[in-house]
This record gives sequence, structure tokens and C-alpha cells, in this order.
Amino acid sequence: MKKSLLLIMMLLLSLSLVLSGCGGSQPAAPAPAAPAETESGETPAADGDVIRIGVFEPMTGANAAGGALEVEGVELANELYPTVLGRPVEFVVVDNRSDVVEAANAASRLIERENVVAVIGSWGSGYSMAAGPIFEGAQVPAVAASATNPLVTQGNDYYFRVCFIDPFQGTVMANYAYNNLGARKAAIIREVSNDYAVGLASFFEAAFKELTGDADAIVEISDYQTGDQDFSSQLLNVSSKNPDVIFAPGNFTESALVISQAKTLGIEIPFIGGDTWETPEFIDIGQDAVEGVVFSTFFDADAPLTAETDVFLQAYRAKYNREPAAVTALGYDAYILILDAIERAGTTDGVALRDAIAATSGFPGAAGIITLNADGDAEKNAVIKTVQDGVFTYLDTVEPQ
Amino acid sequence: MSFDLFMQYLTNGISLGSLYALIAIGYTMVYGILRLINFAHGEIFMMSLYFAFYGVALFALPWYITFVVAILMTALLGMTVERAAYKPLRHSPRITIMVSAIGASFFLQNLAVVIFGGRPKAFPTVPLFTQVIRIGNISMQALTLYIPVATVALLVGLHFLIHKTKTGLGMRAVSKDHDTARLMGVNVDRTITITFAIGSILAAFGGIMWGMKFPQIVPTMGLIPGLKCFIAAVVGGIGNISGAVLGGFILGIGEIMLVAFLPGLTGYRDAFAFVLLIVILLVKPTGLMGEKTAEKV
Repeated sequence: MKKSLLLIMMLLLSLSLVLSGCGGSQPAAPAPAAPAETESGETPAADGDVIRIGVFEPMTGANAAGGALEVEGVELANELYPTVLGRPVEFVVVDNRSDVVEAANAASRLIERENVVAVIGSWGSGYSMAAGPIFEGAQVPAVAASATNPLVTQGNDYYFRVCFIDPFQGTVMANYAYNNLGARKAAIIREVSNDYAVGLASFFEAAFKELTGDADAIVEISDYQTGDQDFSSQLLNVSSKNPDVIFAPGNFTESALVISQAKTLGIEIPFIGGDTWETPEFIDIGQDAVEGVVFSTFFDADAPLTAETDVFLQAYRAKYNREPAAVTALGYDAYILILDAIERAGTTDGVALRDAIAATSGFPGAAGIITLNADGDAEKNAVIKTVQDGVFTYLDTVEPQ
Repeated sequence: MSFDLFMQYLTNGISLGSLYALIAIGYTMVYGILRLINFAHGEIFMMSLYFAFYGVALFALPWYITFVVAILMTALLGMTVERAAYKPLRHSPRITIMVSAIGASFFLQNLAVVIFGGRPKAFPTVPLFTQVIRIGNISMQALTLYIPVATVALLVGLHFLIHKTKTGLGMRAVSKDHDTARLMGVNVDRTITITFAIGSILAAFGGIMWGMKFPQIVPTMGLIPGLKCFIAAVVGGIGNISGAVLGGFILGIGEIMLVAFLPGLTGYRDAFAFVLLIVILLVKPTGLMGEKTAEKV
């Protein structure tokens, strides 16, 4: 009896070490046997016929909703533009399971087993950062749709993105807090196991301190882990410092719980956040509590930007019968950008394709004109949105300085 | 720290701890009778939330009917898991059954991903449970008051079942020795099935309360609460029902206070539970209430 109990404890302890070892990120679920699915249903033909594009997204785990929104965009783009260079294009979705370790495995799988010529994704900068060296090593260019952490593309010649980056987003929200909310003291609650949230929080902090000219303008920084469900202590720690505003970058589900638990505790301080909040689940879970929160994002369907926006919106509304999320438009853009680059390069060779993507300038995407800078980042306007009557509502557009 | 603030932290701790306690009872009960750690308990807990979710979202049933149906379906699931994964191994070494339990746990988790999808769902909340109550300067959800009451009621109910009924007598007999119990006319298989049904009902009850407090459900959500409640059961003395409740409260209050007094250690919140487990195993391996004299269920 004693022995078996001891054995069980040892097993449990080693399991717990594994779990806390990955910094509390979403525990890896055992693998579904085949995470990849071939969307067009046909078996891949020999090279030279079908052009395969990898889609590298979280389809399960904490960020699954974000991944699903981007895949919607890719799927729609693939329906509208199914061929390039006279060859059919097929996309292969590989699930990175909202886990940085799995992300590297999924990236290798795309390269080694699926033989893709380019990659789209991922929602969640951390997964892109984990996969970056693998794509670079294999000379397969990757285009992130909504990964905003600067480190995704910095120092990686093969990673690009069709969205703005966090130093800009952090500044936009710091300005909003300072000018529109009149905040002079701010607190931060961030998802510490998420590279995106930590990066965005530090850019917000720097920008807010500069605006206020006050080195103590951030009164408290409180952390939580991906997958946590109880945030009451963090909220009490923060509210006892009486900030004017709480900046809470993080995953949409955890953020929605943070905000609704704040309401339960009677905390009336306004919450602001970043682009990850724009998923239907954020409102489903947060319900009344998330009314009035403000966040920055990429795109608003009510303010069409290019001719491509209309094409995208029309097709999206016809297919899904609802309004698209910003990241869906970006997933769409990543796909048509890659197709355009393949056409300009006239080949699917990795190096030539990378050069073609890097040379992208003035390309009309659904979510705005894309011109890639030396780092491979798009410089675009930020859109500020709020939640009003249970719907994401446009507030303002901010141009890059 | 002001008194009010401290009381608010304590309230939050009790609220979380009573949830842990509720789920830990199910763990400890199955262990007490079968000497089997049901690693699938966390996944049964997760499935109960999906049953309740679909009852409300898909069939538009009123919440009270949904919750009863979800609890019954979870009991059925628990009995099915027992029949499929544990019963064929009844005469195998304990380690074999434990591996089978881990397998059942992973199977259920992946099954949920396939059936329900990986995207998180919003659990339907009931205002009766989630409305905010203010007492002085302390605010809490109504269920913070209900759960400890329900936990104590279940404790008393289980005590009655185990010590005053014939089924309970059978359970106690089975916990001592299967073969002797069978010779004495106890239907061992039936007793074990009932034990699993009760354990699963407790998991479902805890699960639904959990969903009210944290209205977000994903297929992987059973893992961490499952592990923590297992730790709560071990801390209290596994096999001892009152111990599980005590362990649950220690864990819940401890976690909240750790973040409250040592904000720098917020990231190690989950580690707190595991450190507590290690300390208990080193200092008092039988758990706080797991004395030899203490009755096993």
C-alpha cells in the first residue's frame, strides 16, 4: 500500500514539474493523432503541381478562438483566389495548440512533412517567435497576420507581418489613457506567460511614463498565468493602489474573467487593453462586465480602406452572415500577399519568394495598404474600439507618427 | 493592509477553497473505498460542464432541470468509465489500474476536443448564484455563501450514507477486503458502481459551481483543478472525507494569501499547491487527518 502510494506521488510530482516547468502555459494536451488537415480534401500531388501554403495557428488550447478567426480569413481568400502561376493553391492547417513547445513541433511538421512553400501565422506572438528559427533555417518565408511583438520579425529575414507592432500599439493606448481618460496613474495586469502581453505592457509603461513625465506613473504591475481562473488577489492588489486606469493585455478569455471579477469586487476603474480582445468569446464570457472597455485593434468593417476591403467584406458577409474580426481580415491579407509575391517572383523558391515579399510596397490588402519596412513589419493605422451593447464599436483611428 | 481588505482576501480564499473541497471529496471517496486514484476525475468534472452548457445552450432547458440532467449524465459517464477502464482490471496490480486511469483521463480530454471543439465556450450563469452581495465593505458572489453550506451538507449526507445505510456498510466492507466482502454477501461490483456514481455526482456538482464562478469552459480545463483537488485530498489525508474539505480550504486560502502578501510570487501560484504536497509528504505522509485511527470511508 505504502509503496504504491509513493509511486503515485512520484508520478504526480514529475507531472507537476513538467507543468510548472513550461511556465504555467496551457498544459499540453495529448496529441490528437493528426492535427494537420488537408483542406481541399485531395491528396497532395507531387511537387510542381499544387502549391502548398502552411497555416500555423492555435486551433486548440487557450488561444483557439484567435486561431480559428485567422483561419476563416485564409479559407475565404483561398476560395476567392484558388490559383497562382496557373497552379492550384492548397492550404494546410497545423495546430500549435497554444503552446510554445508544441509550436516548434508544428513548425517542423509544416516544413518536413507538409513541404509548404510559405507559412501564415500565428495568432500569439510567442508561437511565432518559437517557430521563427525553424522557418528561417529551412528558408521558408512566413507572414504573420496579427503577431505584434517586435521580436517576431527582428533579426529574422524570413518572418514578415501584415500588421503594426506593439511599440506603436502601446503608445496608442498610453495616449488614449492620458488624453481621453485623463489618467495620470495607471496599473498593469498582464498575462506574464505570454510574450505578447509582457511586451505590450512594457511599451505601454514606457509611453505612459513619458507622457506623464512621472517615473512612478505606473503604480502596480500584477501578473497572472495563462489558464488561471481566479484573479481576485491581483485585482485587490491593484485597486488598493487607486490607479486611474488599468491596462490589462492578455488572452481574451482570461481578460474577460479579469474584468468580470473586477466588477464582482466592486472595482469601478476603467479597463483598457490590446488587439487580442477582439474575439466573440471576449463578450460571451465577459457579458455586461466588459461594456465600455477600450482596446486597440487593426481594422474596422465600417471604415473600408481599399477596393480589396469591399471584396473581402462582401464575401465574408455572404459566407458567415456576420461582421468579420480584424484578425480575419489580416489572415486574408497574409494569404493574398503571399500569392502576390509568388506571382512577382514567378517561382516558389524560398529565397526568391522571400525577396519578393520583402519588396512589397503599396499592396492593397483588405485591412489597409501594406508596405513592409526593413524589419518586415507593416506600418498601419491603429483602430480604437469599445464594447457597446454587446458589440465591438468603432471609436477612433490613430495614424503612425 | 486594512482589516476590510484582509477580510476581502479571506472571503475570496474561502470561496475558492470551498470549490476545491467539493471536488476533493469525490477524489477521496473513490480512493477510500477502492484504493484507486481516479485520475479521470478532473475530466469527469470538465464533461459535467459541457453537459450543462449544452443543456442550456442547445436544448434551452431551464437551469435547474439542466443541472439535474447534467449531474445524472455525469454519474452515468463515471459509471461507464469504471465499467470500461477499471472493472476489467479489478484483479490486476494497482499500477495497471492507475495507468488505465491516466489513459481514461487523456481519452476523455481528447474526446472533448473532437466533440466540442477547442474554442472556449461561455458557461451560462444563473443570477441567483452569481449576483453580487455586499456585506459591509466586502463584496462576493452569492454562490460564495452557498458553496460552503452545500459542502457541509454533502459531508453530513455522505457520513449518513456510509455509516447508517446498508449500501454504506457494503462500501466499508469492500474498502477492507473485496473477497471477504463478497463471501459475506456484498455485491462488490454494484457497490463499486455506486461509489463511482456518487463520486461523479460530486464532481458534477463542483463543476457546475466552478462554471458559475469562472464562466469559461475548454476541454483542457479539468487538468489543473483535478491536480489541485487531488493535492487537497492528499493534504487532508486521502480517503478521509473531512480531511479533503480541510485540504481544499487550506489550498484555496493559501493560494489567495500567497498572491496577496507576496505579489512577486504570483507566477508561482500553481507551484504553491505542489510545494504544499511535497512538504506534507515529507512531514506527515498520511495527511493532516489521515491518522491510522481515523475512519476510512
